[in-house]
Order: sequence, then structure tokens, then C-alpha cells
Amino acid sequence: MEQTINNRILQSSDDEFIINVGPQHPSTHGVLHLQLRLDGEEIADLKPFLGYIHRGIEKMCESLTYKQFIYLTSRMDYLSAHINNQACCLAIEKSLQVEVPERAKVIRTLMAELTRLASHQLWWGSTGLDMGAVSPFFYAFREREMILEIFEETCGSRLTMNYCVPGGVMNDIHPDFVSKVKKLIQQFKANIHEYDELLTGNPIFQSRTRGVGYLPKEDAISLACSGPVARASGISCDVRKKEPYDAYDRVEFEEIIASEGDCFARYRVRMKEMLESMKIIEQLIDNIPAGDYRAKIKGIIKPPAGEYFQRVETARGELGVFIVSDGSNKPYRVKFRTPNFSNLAALKPMSLGAKIGDLVAIMASLDLIIPDIDR
Amino acid sequence: MDVIKKDFDDFPGEVYQDRSGHSSIIITQIDRFANWARSNSLWPLIFGTSCCAIEMMSAASAKYDWSRFGFEVARASPRQADLIIVAGTITLKMAPVLKRLYDQMPEPKYVIAMGACNITGGPFMTHSYSVVNGIDKIVPVDVFIPGCPPRPEALLHGMIKLQEKIMRSKAFVIEKPKK
Ligand code: SF4
Repeated sequence: MEQTINNRILQSSDDEFIINVGPQHPSTHGVLHLQLRLDGEEIADLKPFLGYIHRGIEKMCESLTYKQFIYLTSRMDYLSAHINNQACCLAIEKSLQVEVPERAKVIRTLMAELTRLASHQLWWGSTGLDMGAVSPFFYAFREREMILEIFEETCGSRLTMNYCVPGGVMNDIHPDFVSKVKKLIQQFKANIHEYDELLTGNPIFQSRTRGVGYLPKEDAISLACSGPVARASGISCDVRKKEPYDAYDRVEFEEIIASEGDCFARYRVRMKEMLESMKIIEQLIDNIPAGDYRAKIKGIIKPPAGEYFQRVETARGELGVFIVSDGSNKPYRVKFRTPNFSNLAALKPMSLGAKIGDLVAIMASLDLIIPDIDR
Repeated sequence: MDVIKKDFDDFPGEVYQDRSGHSSIIITQIDRFANWARSNSLWPLIFGTSCCAIEMMSAASAKYDWSRFGFEVARASPRQADLIIVAGTITLKMAPVLKRLYDQMPEPKYVIAMGACNITGGPFMTHSYSVVNGIDKIVPVDVFIPGCPPRPEALLHGMIKLQEKIMRSKAFVIEKPKK
């Protein structure tokens, strides 16, 4: 099969067959367009087409000031909105060399872990939906709504929070924050067995995910996968461990690594990560230090000319923010290294030779957010 | 035959029952009856492109539960849907797809534009080169819901407003034959 890079459309021979999935398809979780070449029911080739939700966020950053462009990043990976904001703020703080107050660091870390919990819960519910089980969706949203309520009280917004600002957080936590988080942890611990009973132990779910979508360790490294996708293939890549930022250097938690590399391993990694997130929250919630929640910085931010890079661990993997400053109040160039873009590259090695029905399970286990790929 | 008038809260018309309890006679107008049926079983198309889609999922979940108003039969195919909730940014590349989806839906069809992006372009209005500034340039919109993203309650409010709009419309337009 001859194929050049410019060849937009896959070529098919007589007994093969081209099928388009998307851009409007419920299993792609957004507007991804996949072109498949099928040999019978097996996937012989696969090509993703991007750009259906390209909003030009990187270019927009160049025409906005440093404080203004942070809010755009919560629209990239909207399920890790707070962690995206945090990455930008950390990069700007690095350039200005300001010291963030301890209280702000702990609040940011708590919010980031709550975001991760909410994101994984939504993933769990939608994985169930993709496999044809509707009830996990309702169970997942029960705890997720509690977290969103906590966000709303403190930040004023449920999804796109914009709570981080350079130097700390926008305002102090709500007086009920601590008690509500404790109640959430208590309820989630009491309910987590339902998650396992509904989906993890389900024989239909297991036979659809075990041994499906195998990603070897070498492929995961060469495709620069990160997050739960890479950790399920046996790579230790948690930025929270490798390069601790904010308050991650003072908490004890385990980096979850599995070696099977199939869809079920990725499922297990995310399920265990939820428990680890809870562990982090429990350690921090009782000792939020007193003091300022924001360092005093100038109204107009002008970082000295130079290049600044910061990476963080979002719910889907490693997010890198690269800022080039020319000394003015607007960045010269901003580049985001988003986790979903490189995880999408793993879709092809995972699904070659698989049945077309398994593609839905593989997509669900990758947990892709399309606006994060296209930016 | 003896008949008794029965009261039903939301039924548009009068229902008379006979002694055995069967509703034998209904007096109503075709428009009112058809609109009542249409507005209470709107089937939305699953069409979420970005952030707003998550709040749409919240509206479907147990806390907000849009099935109370008859929206729960979300369809994946435009051929089976009455209503398209455009949840998320529409870019220039996506615009022809949205138009095609709209054209594929059977009449009568309705459009809800959810979120600032679909009203004016929202956060991407002035600086982005690839976002459509308002989907009303592509498809006719019935209800706009502001917010970035709108709360699930706002979505429900918008959908109830759409129901009210349907109740006021003419269900059947009989065209005069041309001479
Ligand atoms: S209105 Fe806001 S939340 Fe909705 S799609 Fe646009 S940017 Fe996302």
C-alpha cells in the first residue's frame, strides 16, 4: 500500500474498505475524525484528522497580557482546568522569581487533586457509557457534583475555574471548604466499592478490556506518551514525583505503575490514582498553613527577556508550558506541550489488528480531550 | 352515553370519560395537541464539541435530570433527533459539519446555542482567527443560553423556554393550492 504524507485519504484495495468515524461521533468524546481501513472486521490502518476544534489559543496568547492569557488555558483541557492554570502561573512565577506563600501552595495542590478526582470520575462514567453500561454515568456524577459544588463556593465557577493567579490564588477559600472536603472524602470512601462492583468486576467489561489495545513499553517511550497511558505500560513518569511543584514535595503518595499495557491496566491505574489523590487531600486538608493567600506582585507583569518552561501533571499526563518573553507585557511566544496530543499518537499502534468494536474501548481508555489536542 | 368531564393538569384540551373509566371523547385543537406532544418529547442530538458539553452531561445526570422535562432520549444520529444543542465552540472547519448535521435532521427541528462561543465567539471573539463568531450565521437559532459554560440550570431554563416557544407556534401550516 503506497502512501505519502500528503495523501489525505487512505487508499484501499479491492477487499478492503475505508470507513470514516467522526467528526460527530459519540465515542470520540468530541470532534475527532478518524479514517479506518478495514480488512473484514480488523483495523488494517488508521489515520486521525485534527483541527476541527482548533481555536488558535497559542496565537491568541501573544496578543493578551500575562494575566489575561491564563484564563484561555482552562478551555484547553477543561477537565483539568485548574491544573492548566497552575502550570501557567508557575511558569510566570518562575520568570518573576516570586516566592508563593505556603498557604497558596497548599490550596493550589488541594484544588489540583480535587480536579483530578472529578476528572477521573467523569472518565469512569463515560467509559461505562461507551461500553454500553448507563448506570456508571449516574454514579460517577453523584460524587463529581459534590466536588463541583466545592469549586463553586470557593472560585465562583464550576468548570472553568480561573482560580490561580500569578503569585497565589485569586481569593481565600470559603469557610465551609474544609468541612465539605472532609465530607466528600468520607462519602467517596464509603461509595468506592460500588465503582468496583459496577464495572471493575463485571465479566463483560473485563472481556472487552483485558488484552485489548496493547501498548508496548518501547512504543510508549518513543511516542512520548505520558500520564496513566504511559504508566499502564510500565513507565514511571509522574511529574509530581520527578519534579515536585507547589506542595507535592511534602506529601506521601505512591506512583501507580502497571506493566500489562492493555485497556484494563489503564483502567486500573486511573482507579488507583483516585485513591492516591484522596490520600494527598487527607494529608493536606487538616494543616492548611495560615498567612497570605497571594504574594504581592505588580499589576503589570513584565518578565525579563528569556525562555521559561514549567511542567505539571494533569489528569491525563504531562503538560508543559513554554513561554518566551521579550521583556514586554505580552508574551512573545507561548507553546503548550499537551498530554492528549502525544497520547493520541498511541492510538494507531494500539488498534492495528484489533476488531473495529474494540476501537471504542481503546478510545475510552485513552481518555482523550479533543480541544486539548487541537488547542 | 353518560360522560363526565375529567381534569388533567397539563393536557391541552378537555377529556370526557364514560362510566367505565375509558376516555372516550377529547376536545382540543390540532395545533395545541400536536405542540403539546412535540414540546414534551424533544430528542436532542448528542453534539458536544468542547467545554460546554460537560455541563450538558451534568444536566443529563441525576442531580439536574433533564428527563423530568422529556429530553432524556439523546440520539447519536441526526436522523432521529428533533433538537440540536450546540454545546461548544464551532470553528471554521467544523461549520460545514454543523450545517450538514442540521440539514440531515427531519422537520420540525430546533436549535439551542449553548455558551458564549455560540452567541458571539465568546472568549475567542476578537483575537482568534479560526472561530465562528456566533452560530446564527450558519443555522437558525431558537434559544441562546449565555455563560461560559452556562450552568445546567441555565440549560434547563433554555430548554423550557424552547418548549414555551413550541407551544406558541403553528403545528400545521396548510398551504393554499397554487392556481
Ligand atoms: S462558551 Fe466557554 S465553556 Fe462554552 S465552549 Fe465556549 S469557551 Fe468553552
